Amino acid sequence: MKLLQAVSPLGGLDRSHGALRLRAGEPGRITWIAPYPGEETNCSHALQAALSLSFPSPGETRSSLAGRILWSGRVQALLLGPQAPATLSGLAAVVDQSEAWAALNLEGAGAVEVLQRLVPLDLRAAVFPAWRTARSLLGHMNTQITPRPDGFEILVACSMAHTAAREIEEAMRSVAARSQL
Amino acid sequence: MLIPCPLCGPRDLREFTPRGAAVTVHRPGEAAGPEAWHEYLHLRDNPAGPSRELWWHGAGCGAWLVVERDTLTHAVSRAILAEEEARP
Repeated sequence: MKLLQAVSPLGGLDRSHGALRLRAGEPGRITWIAPYPGEETNCSHALQAALSLSFPSPGETRSSLAGRILWSGRVQALLLGPQAPATLSGLAAVVDQSEAWAALNLEGAGAVEVLQRLVPLDLRAAVFPAWRTARSLLGHMNTQITPRPDGFEILVACSMAHTAAREIEEAMRSVAARSQL
Repeated sequence: MLIPCPLCGPRDLREFTPRGAAVTVHRPGEAAGPEAWHEYLHLRDNPAGPSRELWWHGAGCGAWLVVERDTLTHAVSRAILAEEEARP
């Protein structure tokens, strides 16, 4: 019998240019949660009871020992890590999107300058501090960006993982080259 | 041009798609006559000045917004969630 092996969308990508480093991330299980109309509070309570994570407000991320939850649009969130609790049944639409996303971690001094070439957001730490989150564009691709103390976590559609990595790497090369002038 | 999304804050124009005059938020009732439907479907003002339009924040939060903007200056004065305006 042949055994199928899971392959990650970016296959262990790890590239450095100057002080910048781009690596494939491993966010684990990703579940999209969208509360039904009028069930927002009940949904938040169910998440709190099961995972100690309440439903995030716009632009917010929350974390607990169980995992993380990212606000991902109007009345939507992405649960990273744990399985969604069965108590959400009837309160929210729940979809396993683990294989729909690819994660990239961009680290190092100048990460803001790199992403600013591609993303139409004010990414400076004073405006977009660590552990906030935003849905936006990375070039032409939809993305979910979460700043971290040492860089950014970037989620893109799995089908565009290599395009995203290539575009970010090109921006890294340019920023690294400019820093050596 | 920045549009002040009520959920996401000021965001770049690239994240949005326009959908025309905001009259489409106010759909005629079932009992409305053909004149009301004709107006709803076909008759639009073409204002040089303040306008109210529907914009979709597709690359951001996915919400529909009613955006008030001046077509002469492109100044955006206000944006609210379309669901707030559509609420009966």
